[in-house]
Amino acid sequence: MPKLYTGAEIVFKCLEDQKVEHIFGYPGGAVLPIYNELKNYPSIKHILVRHEQGAGHAAEGYARSSGKPGVVLVTSGPGATNVVTALTDAYMDSVPIVCISGQVPTHLIGTDAFQECDTTGITRPCTKHNWLVKNIKELPRIMHEAFEVATTGRPGPVLVDIPKDIQFAKAKYKNPKKIKAIKNKSKNRFNQKEIDTLIELMNKASKPIFYTGGGVVNSGPKASELLRELVALTGFPITTTLQGLGSYPGEDNQFIGMLGMHGTYEANNAMHDCDLLINIGARFDDRITGKIDEFSPKSKKVHIDIDPSSINKIIKVDLPIVGDVCDVIKSTIKTLKKKNLNLEKSNKSKISKWWQQIQNWRTKESLNFINSDKIIKPQHAVQRLYELTKDQDTFITTEVGQHQMWAAQHYKFNKPNRWMTSGGLGTMGYGLPAAVGVQIAHPKKLVIDIAGEASILMTMQEISTAVQYNLPIKIFILNNQYLGMVRQWQELLHEKNYSESYTEALPDFVKLAEAYGCVGIKAHNPDELDEKIQEMISIDRPVIFDCHVDQTENCFPMIPSGKPHNKMLLGPKDQKENKITGKGKALV
Amino acid sequence: MTKSKSAYSTPSKLGKLETHIIVVWVDNEASVLSRVVGLFSGRGYNIESLAVAEVDQKENLSRITIVTTGTPAVIEQIVLQLKKLVPVHKVGNFKREDKNVIFKEMALFKIVGNSAKIKKALNTCKKFNPVILDQTNKSAVIQITALRREIDKMSKNLKTHGLISVSRTGAVAMTRGAEIFN
Repeated sequence: MPKLYTGAEIVFKCLEDQKVEHIFGYPGGAVLPIYNELKNYPSIKHILVRHEQGAGHAAEGYARSSGKPGVVLVTSGPGATNVVTALTDAYMDSVPIVCISGQVPTHLIGTDAFQECDTTGITRPCTKHNWLVKNIKELPRIMHEAFEVATTGRPGPVLVDIPKDIQFAKAKYKNPKKIKAIKNKSKNRFNQKEIDTLIELMNKASKPIFYTGGGVVNSGPKASELLRELVALTGFPITTTLQGLGSYPGEDNQFIGMLGMHGTYEANNAMHDCDLLINIGARFDDRITGKIDEFSPKSKKVHIDIDPSSINKIIKVDLPIVGDVCDVIKSTIKTLKKKNLNLEKSNKSKISKWWQQIQNWRTKESLNFINSDKIIKPQHAVQRLYELTKDQDTFITTEVGQHQMWAAQHYKFNKPNRWMTSGGLGTMGYGLPAAVGVQIAHPKKLVIDIAGEASILMTMQEISTAVQYNLPIKIFILNNQYLGMVRQWQELLHEKNYSESYTEALPDFVKLAEAYGCVGIKAHNPDELDEKIQEMISIDRPVIFDCHVDQTENCFPMIPSGKPHNKMLLGPKDQKENKITGKGKALV
Repeated sequence: MTKSKSAYSTPSKLGKLETHIIVVWVDNEASVLSRVVGLFSGRGYNIESLAVAEVDQKENLSRITIVTTGTPAVIEQIVLQLKKLVPVHKVGNFKREDKNVIFKEMALFKIVGNSAKIKKALNTCKKFNPVILDQTNKSAVIQITALRREIDKMSKNLKTHGLISVSRTGAVAMTRGAEIFN
């Protein structure tokens, strides 16, 4: 007779077999049996957060920076509802998360019991799949299936809701090898003919561009390596989305910067004028495309994506290739080499005009700003932070807003998995807990959350988690007292009616840091900036860095509302000639 | 026209709307219907009618038939999104005009009136294989199977013949000939 285990034991046995080392969670009545088992599984370390949303974002940071799924454990009712924002965030940005939630005992489900909520109902639209475990015998299968669904195909969050009586009930354990794999929804569907067509298009193109996204990062470090090889082999320019930063070296000459609403002038103009657009693992997000009707009007479009539903969702493409980015690039490189096309040389003259054009756009230096020696410009702060940290392997997380865009523009990434930001959902408060998760996954590395003073207050409590586990994360706040991006739009679109975008009362972040038991640093003027950044880096404890920056600085360049890629609004010097007209107001 | 100040792009021209019948084979498990229906409501797709029942007890399979309207791009998205759901096995997609597919809906009509009236009512729907399921000296329940628009027409025509209650199903579909959908 095989040994019987309780539901709580089965949960941990599954986590062990899935090689889970860390879980982020918060206990409560409906998960107590699971918490009671924790002590018997020394290979699994639990990180106690201060709010369940923090657990979710920490798991996201953990997953994005390590490539392993993040695991979250929360209680029923409010525990589950608090984690919904993080699940939605992970769903939008394709981050593998396995969330285990407690539920009231089976016989009380539906009676409005204490801390009961319809967790699977609430999380259905923000997970890839979820399960309510009604029979203990199904628990091992569901747990392993949860990991499979979260990590295969286009990754994403899943949730397993386990009623308290199921946590006590006993059943046999099954290891993952004995579980029948669910029908493969994620397998590659591309064929050699499609690769040949792609290469033919590449061969013919005179204004080609690679437009790559988070899919390259999600496909694993190998995909980024292969992407470098492909780009070198073809000699084509490459631009990446916000989530794709790091999949290609930010300082390489073939990299023409991020594209989209706050992307570079050269990247957006190249997208508009190109004759071949090769999308690798990106999804034509509305912050990328600008006006759909005028999006890249002259190009043949290729879309490589693992998710068939991403293809033709927003932009009709000429050649869809459904498959894992890594495998598709590998096949493409192999075929390129076999055909011995030597695109780099043979194409050189053909696309040299294209490169000339790009160089012309580059001379606009669209990321430029007017620096000051009296006040810290936020862009300058990010640039200094980059210069002073680029020699070590640094991980950057962000909150959401102007500081996020400045970080994306001015911090250069050379490796994938070093950049964690909330792109799809745009969740303020993401960065601090995400930094906690990143630091857990990479204990010895430098982890910095480039933050805004408004975002940081949304999940401030997680600094307490960082202190508890000695996580030396650095919170680098670009403090302008405004909801900066809101203020910017109000300036551009609503006649400077700064409705509720100014924070009249802010905490003293230095004292706040001390109250939490970490270190606070404040910087006011440009002269002291470098020295203080170095001080921050040298401290082996969590630091809150309150960097007071120009309150009125706007984030440029930008694609104004209602405009296509080639009608960008540049910085202050350029603005007189390019005012947003009435119609454009609709579209920022 | 006042200019909106939204943060998003204005909608571009809509394509032509088509009516499609989507057939979905799913695991018959708790909440599977709400996953399918939630996908439609969450992404703003239409459901004109819905029919669902278990079709294979051994394999635990249910078959969901959904009549929907949308532009060709939307219909394509519906199919692709449905295929991503974990409990979904396969998805069929037929144009309503497709001659190779049979679509049927069933309706129950309650007629109140004397036998002459009931006879007239029966006569009105004789094209649609009327079956009397219940009859008293002053009422009858008539079942017909037909297309949606035919049932619409019958419901209207029977009003004068004592129709007081209508109950109808969503459409179910089956391909003609020996082939089955894969």
